Amino acid sequence: MSRAAQIALTTAALSFIFYMLLGLMPGDPIDLAIMADPRLTAEDAARLRTLHGLDQPLLTRYLAWAGAVLRGEFGFSRLFARPVAALLWPALLSTLALLGWAILIAAGLGVALGVLAALRPRAAPAVQGVALLAQAMPGFWLGIMLIVVFAVWLGWLPAGGAESWGALILPVATLAFGQMAAYARHAAAAMEAALREPWVRSARARGASEGRVAWHHALPNAAVPLLTLLGLDAGALVSGAVITETLFARPGMGKLIFDAIMGNDYNLALLALLVIALVTMLGGWGADLAQRALDPRLR
Amino acid sequence: MLRILAALLLCASAAQAQPRDTLTIGISQYPSTLHPNIENMVAKSYVLGMLRRPLTARDADWALVCLLCETLPTLENGGAALETTPDGRPGIRVSFTLRAGLRWGDNTPITAADFAFAWEAGRDPATGFGPAEFYRQAYEFITEAPDRFSLRFDRVTFDFASMGDFQPLPAHVERAIWQADPRAYRTRTQYDTNPTNPALWSGPYRVTATQPGAGLTLERNPAWGGTAPAFRTIRIRTVENTVAMEAQLLAGQLDMLAGELGLPVEQAAALQRRVGARFQFHFHPGLIFEHLDANLDHPALADRRVRQALMHAMDRPRIVAQLFEGRQTVARGSVNPLDRMSDPEVREYLYDPARAAALLDEAGWRAGPDGIRRNPAGERLTLELMTTAGNRSREQVQQVLASMWRAVGIETRIRNEPPRVFFSETVSRRRFQGLIMYAWVSSPENVPRSSLHSDEIPRAERNFSGQNYTGFRNAEVDALLDALPITLDPEARRPMWRRLQAIQAEELPTLPLWFRQDAHVWPTWLDGVRPTGHLNPSTLWVEQWRVR
Repeated sequence: MSRAAQIALTTAALSFIFYMLLGLMPGDPIDLAIMADPRLTAEDAARLRTLHGLDQPLLTRYLAWAGAVLRGEFGFSRLFARPVAALLWPALLSTLALLGWAILIAAGLGVALGVLAALRPRAAPAVQGVALLAQAMPGFWLGIMLIVVFAVWLGWLPAGGAESWGALILPVATLAFGQMAAYARHAAAAMEAALREPWVRSARARGASEGRVAWHHALPNAAVPLLTLLGLDAGALVSGAVITETLFARPGMGKLIFDAIMGNDYNLALLALLVIALVTMLGGWGADLAQRALDPRLR
Repeated sequence: MLRILAALLLCASAAQAQPRDTLTIGISQYPSTLHPNIENMVAKSYVLGMLRRPLTARDADWALVCLLCETLPTLENGGAALETTPDGRPGIRVSFTLRAGLRWGDNTPITAADFAFAWEAGRDPATGFGPAEFYRQAYEFITEAPDRFSLRFDRVTFDFASMGDFQPLPAHVERAIWQADPRAYRTRTQYDTNPTNPALWSGPYRVTATQPGAGLTLERNPAWGGTAPAFRTIRIRTVENTVAMEAQLLAGQLDMLAGELGLPVEQAAALQRRVGARFQFHFHPGLIFEHLDANLDHPALADRRVRQALMHAMDRPRIVAQLFEGRQTVARGSVNPLDRMSDPEVREYLYDPARAAALLDEAGWRAGPDGIRRNPAGERLTLELMTTAGNRSREQVQQVLASMWRAVGIETRIRNEPPRVFFSETVSRRRFQGLIMYAWVSSPENVPRSSLHSDEIPRAERNFSGQNYTGFRNAEVDALLDALPITLDPEARRPMWRRLQAIQAEELPTLPLWFRQDAHVWPTWLDGVRPTGHLNPSTLWVEQWRVR
């Protein structure tokens, strides 16, 4: 079976699992409406359940939803009173901007630090210290500190929101700092391993400069595990970062999914979760293809 | 973490100057819809207060006032007339004359036809409006003139002049959409598909931009005929995390925090201590009633003396002073002291551990060797206390209550659940074993039928509707709750309210804690905001807000 067919089948299976799990959560949208408005009577609740199709068995509701999706109708968000597709794309774009920059900076800085640690053993403890600090510092805490310093004290950058590019700087810095640690550690380990390989010794024996050895021989080989890491991060790229998005009051996929699940917004939660699953699988596929391109042994 | 942030914010620089024709307001929730009649939530009421007006509302003094009508109908001024319904029941006809000059944002006059459309849509079960009790009772709409209409109700209640959320919908925009398919109306209404259409709005402001989940931008409505509002633009920003909200306020990104949906009172009080001079702080008593519901089917809690002992063992003033900086109003019962029907003489449970111990002795619960009381069968007096997990202030209160009750020999077992599980499963289906702590949102002279009448005990055969979660049954209370709404004379209702409060205080199905206060934070240059403390938000009078 081709990889594309595998992905399609997995997506279909996941849609069923997600729907059932969401449907089995305690309470339904009408329960939540009753909590928010005590004036809703038993008669109102029954009328609204019928109107929203919530009086139907879960399987019937799933089949109706799946049929609509196959016709290209993704449904309507209960929480935001909009078609879910119209809500998803702005959130997805916002998250892509946030996580895209964060991963790009984290990968760039992390790989540079990792390479530095491998090439200059005396710098390794400092790089390890920075990586440890980045990994240990909670994003929530770092975000608050950045807000206090750059928004409240200095007034250079907005404390939150999504109105300008400036509003992207602090949340990107918060996320990138945390993610950088993994890239730095993996890059250092992979580079150290690559630099011990016999073909690196051969290159040196042929008189290749240290720079050429590092960038042309060791790094392409060390990049294979790093591509796996990047492939895994593809899912994170669209699943958002709930805490960072909440802290910086920035609309995005993480917060959208959290709100949708907590608010029993089945249509929105389902589509968002499926998009994430799909992108994660496509990211894995992309990483496999890139690894094969870099490493002939995998072909 | 909050403490460290607070210490750092202490050194915060002055807020950036904002142009005075723009006001940016922080709220902690985004309205799920902008349609005035679909779903009810505080965020929507707050925003819509600036965009449209209901027919009547309660003002900051809790008085019922006309917002779109000329005068409130009464039996005396002929605006209301008692009559008999076609099926022979007592009914009432209530008439309204609209104020001159009311217009939608596209300059179309607001007429009785807009109210007729709202009524028709509300009467149709397929439309999907939220609470439909109003529309079920208002069985006939009569258009008498473009600016005058009457409604016929099949029930005569003392608040017949209060139209609640009844408000016009722009028939020239919305009727065709509704008529095409009432079932699909809630997904096709222009309030959500095209909210920047000026024809939807009749208040001092209209929507010019929305960012779902993040905020809305409002601009002055040129068609508004009332007092001109001070600000050209009002930006509403949703910041769900209150630490982030505080940071955005201090960074100058937000000018004010709405009391209706802003900081918790203890966080606002701490902020006031640190940066008091930079903002105006106003703590306003409200109608949110924090309390404990006792499951009266529990063998120990079924005994009134045990419930009274629990009350005497709680030092509520100390809890309010220690945990909320004294910013909550200790409650004697569910009727707010600001309510005109509140009885100041109702029994008060002062902190008296000796009295609590005596009541428990009397009820047969004697202190055991470990200090925990036991009944003659040797069973320990252990009560389960539940609330919403993750609500820090409630969890702190739980700990304090547990230690106070422990001092009189009552063991408390704390078990919390996430809000959706707690409310959807445990509370609404009466699956709790002991006590539950949560809050009610009330309204002025709100008859507590749903929480006290024996018909309102949630049961499977009634699809678990009703909010009498304690399982309280009292024939006299049932009779009072049936009679109160249909007693038109306020002086005749007063003794009935007094008796109702006396029974509640004696029987204690609900153990009162306190009424929450709203913490309003305004810029020093803003005047004219008058918090109401009830469900009609301060924004209904936004045109009175002024720059100093």
